[in-house]
Amino acid sequence: MTNLAVQLEGQQLSSLQTHVHDALASGATHAKGQQHPIKLYLVVWGWLFVLSTCSYLVDYFGLHGHLRWSLILLFMVLKAGLIVAVFMHMAWERLALAYAILLPPVLVLVFVAIMVFESDYTHLLRVIFFASPT
Amino acid sequence: MAETVLTHSGQSPARLEGWRGIAADWASDQRAFKNVSWGKAMMWIFLLSDTFIFSCFLLSYMTARMSTTVPWPNPSEVFALNIGGNHIPLILIAIMTFILISSSGTMAMAVNFGYRRDRVKTAALMLATAAFGATFVGMQAFEWTKLIMEGVRPWGNPWGAAQFGSNFFMITGFHGTHVTIGVIFLIAIARKVLRGDFDVERRGFFTSRKGYYEIVEITGLYWHFVDLVWVFIFAFFYLW
Repeated sequence: MTNLAVQLEGQQLSSLQTHVHDALASGATHAKGQQHPIKLYLVVWGWLFVLSTCSYLVDYFGLHGHLRWSLILLFMVLKAGLIVAVFMHMAWERLALAYAILLPPVLVLVFVAIMVFESDYTHLLRVIFFASPT
Repeated sequence: MAETVLTHSGQSPARLEGWRGIAADWASDQRAFKNVSWGKAMMWIFLLSDTFIFSCFLLSYMTARMSTTVPWPNPSEVFALNIGGNHIPLILIAIMTFILISSSGTMAMAVNFGYRRDRVKTAALMLATAAFGATFVGMQAFEWTKLIMEGVRPWGNPWGAAQFGSNFFMITGFHGTHVTIGVIFLIAIARKVLRGDFDVERRGFFTSRKGYYEIVEITGLYWHFVDLVWVFIFAFFYLW
């Protein structure tokens, strides 16, 4: 009986030791964390400035129509991609997290499509029935 | 400590990559996010839900703008400023964008110095980020004041479609609230960093749990998200 108790205690002790070991190991990983050279952040920072300037210039030069919209979307997606991938470190996360976080917002596009149809319909009704004759 | 033990006790150093990795992680009958702590995973999930909130705002804006028969006010003109006698379109918003991007840059570097356990530099960069954020909120307050003085209300404005005001106040107001909360969050964590809480593993006031430098990265996630939302607002509301 005492033997068993000792054995149990020994097991607990060893499990405690593994815990301590894990804790130390986790400390080590914490110290490492997401470590990337500062230069990378500065380069991305620079690119974000360039892209923001470009999207501002789209407005400044008064571009119109499809050119304007496609340029705005292009610069927006590039900026968002840089921020998420590098600043938020998504590029270095495991795919299980990346897809869990990045896929659902893409599905919002379905909602966008639905509302485009809806607002076209509303617009049509307003033009037919409510638009003031000007 | 208990939760971080769980967090990092992944014994198998060789995990699958690619699609097989996704299947293995999600089907492992344990935790799906293998090398991510709960704090970080939950911040990501919170940000995902926040993404949906902002998506709904932008969608309602899109619906209002697409379905109205009244011309939409031209944001390029509405947000123009006279600086030194020159009429510059959208300049205030451009400056706000650059300020927010700069704050993201300093935040990214703060995370880096945090993991190097450089207390002073981390706290200084976080406080710089907070200062940029506060400047942004200040400029937004200026913008709101200017528009309200010019007669923009949630139910109407002098230039066109009545929905412009409600959309503007709702979207930028909610974003500005996020920035304000972010500034408070940054200052609180910067204070802890500076005090050395994460070096001596001092227990938190509310949670009674030990903190780690990872909180700097989690704060950073929130802050970068605020910047990210601004990218979309800038594109869809101000430039479109």
